[in-house]
Amino acid sequence: MELIKNLKIVNELGLHARAAARVVELTGQYRSKLFFKKGDHEVDGSSILSILTLACPRGSEIQARIVGEDAEELMEKLGELFQKRFDEIK
Amino acid sequence: MTDHQDTKINRLSGIAVSSGIIIGKARLVDRSREKIIYEYLIQDGQVNREVERFKEALNTTKEQILSVKNRMPDQIKKHAFILDTHLMIMNDSMITDSTINTILEEKINAEWALKKSIQKVRQLFEQADYDYVRDRINDVVNIGERILRNLAGKEQESLSEIGERVIIVAHDLSPADTSEMNIGKVMGFITDVGGRTSHTAIMAQALELPAVVGLKSVTKQVQDGTLLIVDGYTGEVIIGPDDDMIIAYQEKELQHERYRSSIIQLGHLPAETVDGHRLSIKANIEFSEEVVSAKDHGAEGVGLYRTEFLYLRSRDIPSEEELFEDYRQVAEIFCPSPVTIRTLDLGGDKFSSDLDLSREMNPALGLRAIRFCLREPKIFKSQLRAILRASTYGQVQLMFPMISGLQEILDAKKILKEVMNDLDHENVSYDRDIKIGIMIEIPSAVIVADILAKHVDFFSIGTNDLIQYALAIDRVNEHLAYMYQPYHPAILRMIRQVIKAAKDVGIKVALCGEMAGDPFCTAILLGLGIDELSMNAVSIPLVKKIIRSISMKEAMSDLKDIFQFETAKEVREFIIEKMEPLIPDEIEKDFYLKTSAKNSILIKN
Repeated sequence: MELIKNLKIVNELGLHARAAARVVELTGQYRSKLFFKKGDHEVDGSSILSILTLACPRGSEIQARIVGEDAEELMEKLGELFQKRFDEIK
Repeated sequence: MTDHQDTKINRLSGIAVSSGIIIGKARLVDRSREKIIYEYLIQDGQVNREVERFKEALNTTKEQILSVKNRMPDQIKKHAFILDTHLMIMNDSMITDSTINTILEEKINAEWALKKSIQKVRQLFEQADYDYVRDRINDVVNIGERILRNLAGKEQESLSEIGERVIIVAHDLSPADTSEMNIGKVMGFITDVGGRTSHTAIMAQALELPAVVGLKSVTKQVQDGTLLIVDGYTGEVIIGPDDDMIIAYQEKELQHERYRSSIIQLGHLPAETVDGHRLSIKANIEFSEEVVSAKDHGAEGVGLYRTEFLYLRSRDIPSEEELFEDYRQVAEIFCPSPVTIRTLDLGGDKFSSDLDLSREMNPALGLRAIRFCLREPKIFKSQLRAILRASTYGQVQLMFPMISGLQEILDAKKILKEVMNDLDHENVSYDRDIKIGIMIEIPSAVIVADILAKHVDFFSIGTNDLIQYALAIDRVNEHLAYMYQPYHPAILRMIRQVIKAAKDVGIKVALCGEMAGDPFCTAILLGLGIDELSMNAVSIPLVKKIIRSISMKEAMSDLKDIFQFETAKEVREFIIEKMEPLIPDEIEKDFYLKTSAKNSILIKN
């Protein structure tokens, strides 16, 4: 299965290291593979460094693409994580 | 690392921050800066071994990071996520897979392959159109260096394992480094960076070990075991000296020792001017063991007990009992003379460790001292309890650091009151009339000193930080060391203003920065009407000698001239002319002329 969804970075600090770390942690729990795309640059969603290279300050939009059997659940959890601003404490 | 011996004699000149001459072997404390990493091609048969070596280094690195995480003191535990992030970076495919693939494909050794991976990440990050990401390069480099060190098979540096007596050579030393050191084995310190008030300087003085800082690249010019002469009076460091030089320096040191022993006897006389004005001369101490030296040099109490050491010495926050025992000891030894205990001044650069947990852009302006304590009332209260409990064993005074305005005093006092109530409930006795003072070290506190004076029992001017904050200079930046000017008209006016504010309401005012122990500054401070000077123990005899040879009347009349001058340079020239004849020893004169009394015309680096 392949799912594609656009996600917006709403938290204050943007897609920073700690947030990226949360994404990597999450992805690690699933069998599906996650990719992020910004512009025409697509990276591996299980690599914190790759995610950081996307350079996403607050307000940027990225496309998440998930390939695999449990894609649906991962996409749902990923959406939640973005929505609750990666549990960022401000 | 190669064992090539440089026979050429090399002289370097830095900033002397703690006096004495030492001749000994270098011990490089190199936090991976500019380390030689070998890069070479490997044979097909070695590929697997190389990959294994890399994996082992990753494991070691992981264990090290986890162990640092476990040892983190509670109050910074919340920063543990930085270490988790570091772990994740280490395990990232852009580091691990990429390095392994490079080893396999390009047939190069693990170090080289790893460097290539890091370089790739660096390039990608540098292209990012987002400062935050570019700033993360340091995390990646930090992790990469850690793995590299483990690949090279080099033990992570721990200063507790020094064997023979050595001269520590480092880029810079954090208080955490020095508190880990086996001090008995250290002859002295020399560093690449730092200035007169850097922590290396303060620690070296406290330990009475010679030190020279701001040598720029000494860590690159010296290897483990290189013979060095370090002149803590002039700031000169000689790498690989010949026999004649060694003999000459031994004589110089001997001569100075004779002078020291002659002057030290003066330390026990009162600091009274020829016209009968008496100053109180106290010692700054960093740990309780220093009380002996302080008493020996004639200290009439402790004007500043910096309490950070106990917190830095162990991985855990010290218990109230531990703190109490320590404070009680100092109070008892000096009883009935007062001992001023400054509450925790941690945070900022004092907290920096190998992994830089604080990540503050400007640690000196960051979450530290009273700000930190007010935010962490548990830690603060435990220290206040220990201080209060010790107060019945001597004449203890309490001092809050880094006060910027009245609110912090009120907040701190409120917490103090709560602690007192708790002690009352527990029927624990303490000195109810304990004197409460503040450090004046932030320019805003100078400006509102008249307001603050109404709420405290005494002031202590911390000129090290005050000069740094007022003149906007970074105390560890050696390029700015020349700007550290105690004679700057702004600084002198600030001190005057604080003293006036204190006098107006009749509270005592002390000065506890480096200026207090600088014999060239003695007359100015006397004339300005300071009540107390608190300094490193070794400076006490000379300052007392100077006070005993001048008059208050003259000091006050000189001030009129001094406040006419418009630049630090003019003040300095005037002071040197006045004070030079009063300082009997050439070495001592040199030391102060080249260090704290230094100004822009005498840039040393």
